[in-house]
Amino acid sequence: MAERNGSAAGKKPAAAATQPILKVDGVTLQYKTKEHLITATYRVGFDVYPADRFVLLGPSGCGKSTLLKGIAGYMKPVEGAIRLKGREISEPGPDRVMVFQEFDQLLPWKTVKQNIIFALHNGGKTDTVAEAEEIAMEYIQKVKLTGFEDTFPHMLSGGMKQRVAIARGMAMEPDVLLMDEPFAALDALTRLQMQKELLQLWEDTHFTVLFVTHSIEEALIVGSRILVLSPHPGQVKAELNAHHLNHDNVGDKKFAKVQQHIHDMLFADRILEEDVKPGARG
Amino acid sequence: MSIKPPAGKGLLPKLVIRPEYEVSDIAQAQISDVAHKLSLAERIWNINGVRKAVILLALVAAWQAYTVGFDVEPLMLPSFSISFMRLYNDLFYSDLIYKVWFSVKVLLIGYSAGLVLAALLILWATATRFGSDFIAMATAMFNPLPAIALLPLAMLWFGLGTASLVFVLIHSVLWAVALSTHSGFENVSPTLRMIGRNYGLRGIFYVLKILVPAALPSILAGMKIGWAFAWRTLIGAELVFGASSGSGGLGWYIFESSQNIDTDAVFAGLFTVILFGIVVENVVFRNIELRTVNRWGMQQ
Repeated sequence: MAERNGSAAGKKPAAAATQPILKVDGVTLQYKTKEHLITATYRVGFDVYPADRFVLLGPSGCGKSTLLKGIAGYMKPVEGAIRLKGREISEPGPDRVMVFQEFDQLLPWKTVKQNIIFALHNGGKTDTVAEAEEIAMEYIQKVKLTGFEDTFPHMLSGGMKQRVAIARGMAMEPDVLLMDEPFAALDALTRLQMQKELLQLWEDTHFTVLFVTHSIEEALIVGSRILVLSPHPGQVKAELNAHHLNHDNVGDKKFAKVQQHIHDMLFADRILEEDVKPGARG
Repeated sequence: MSIKPPAGKGLLPKLVIRPEYEVSDIAQAQISDVAHKLSLAERIWNINGVRKAVILLALVAAWQAYTVGFDVEPLMLPSFSISFMRLYNDLFYSDLIYKVWFSVKVLLIGYSAGLVLAALLILWATATRFGSDFIAMATAMFNPLPAIALLPLAMLWFGLGTASLVFVLIHSVLWAVALSTHSGFENVSPTLRMIGRNYGLRGIFYVLKILVPAALPSILAGMKIGWAFAWRTLIGAELVFGASSGSGGLGWYIFESSQNIDTDAVFAGLFTVILFGIVVENVVFRNIELRTVNRWGMQQ
């Protein structure tokens, strides 16, 4: 833990000197349903620096997943701009790889290895099959799935499927890895395991990751920096540091204090909302 | 802090507190027994073909027993053995095999032309919203139209030849395949679509690498329906307009035999269609499914 603190402190001045890799600037995202125009986020802005484990945290309805879709390029902001390395994002691309919550994100007609090769090949990462195969095997080993490379996804457990999805995303070595509640559909034990493994992988290469979650605990464990969003529509409530917190801190005073602080921040809205509602009815 | 018990506390079962225990050494020897081999009989019964052959034999046996046991008039319903011998004789000692070949040739031409047109239509429908609307309208309009009803028109336009048959075959295959493929595409999960776009797939590559494999169960179902429709249409059309261009096919053989009250031959003709059905379903489509959708866990 002391080591983690030390390394983070050592990086701070460097981070200040480097430019943010992703700039989200006053972004308003809206989508239409049959009857309503819903504003998912309203003028949200934040900067993500290289090697950040940047978490978007908020209750359901705060537009965090929509924001991630905007960054991935599936949605265009109605206001503001999203820039990756200074270039405005206009469509999906392999420089921002998405890892979804759903287990069906693996192509069922391809084996574990073929799924990764598919990404490398179509994403323009590799030219030859041999090269793609080598990279695929390397990442399969990294996510501890050696021996399952020729297995089809339907034979894997939920946790293993998510590991493959993460391996596929990381193999692309994107500028930023986008993770949309990737562990939310897992059981608690597997989730804990996956969080630890994700942090280990990060220790290896210090990749930049944008991680969406609604769990305060997960945000504190996984994240190095946390953007707290308020719901309906999503607006920035706070940006906090969590690089000094990990699994070892769960349950200790420092961890509990930040957890309580975020909890209060999010909960304050709820109480206000509930206060307003009966009045509106009467 | 104590939780208030509901009325009639005495009726609630009491918590039974038991001693704790931990197992330090789990017996390793037992693990080899977790999976054991199935018996020979079970393994044979697990073969798909064996079970289907049993069904086939049972049907044949029931037919034979009924016709022989109740001494049924052969002109009304010949026994299985008589019909089968007739099929054998006509195939190898008469010209039935040429009639079958004539029908199958027309069938394959019509079926593949129908598939190609369906593919083109589907590509158009995935590329544009107008194409998608067109498929929805066209299938609603034309799919219920029996191909046989179009036959007189086809004969007027294309004459009494293979062209008319191919036209009605295309009609019966095209809409069935287009409809099921289109609905299969529409049911592809949004996650898979986003994955495809994330890795930079667009246009025809997106269709071939994401939509087609993801919708393969529906596409195969459509192809099976199209295949059955094609046979029905072909036999029906040949029954209606008889021998075209001199030779005539399987439908003509059935029609001719029934005119001559040659019931064994009618059954021999029907057998041929049934045999094709069994072979195509259990060999062609079954193997495609085993290698694709079954292997991928998209179909059980």
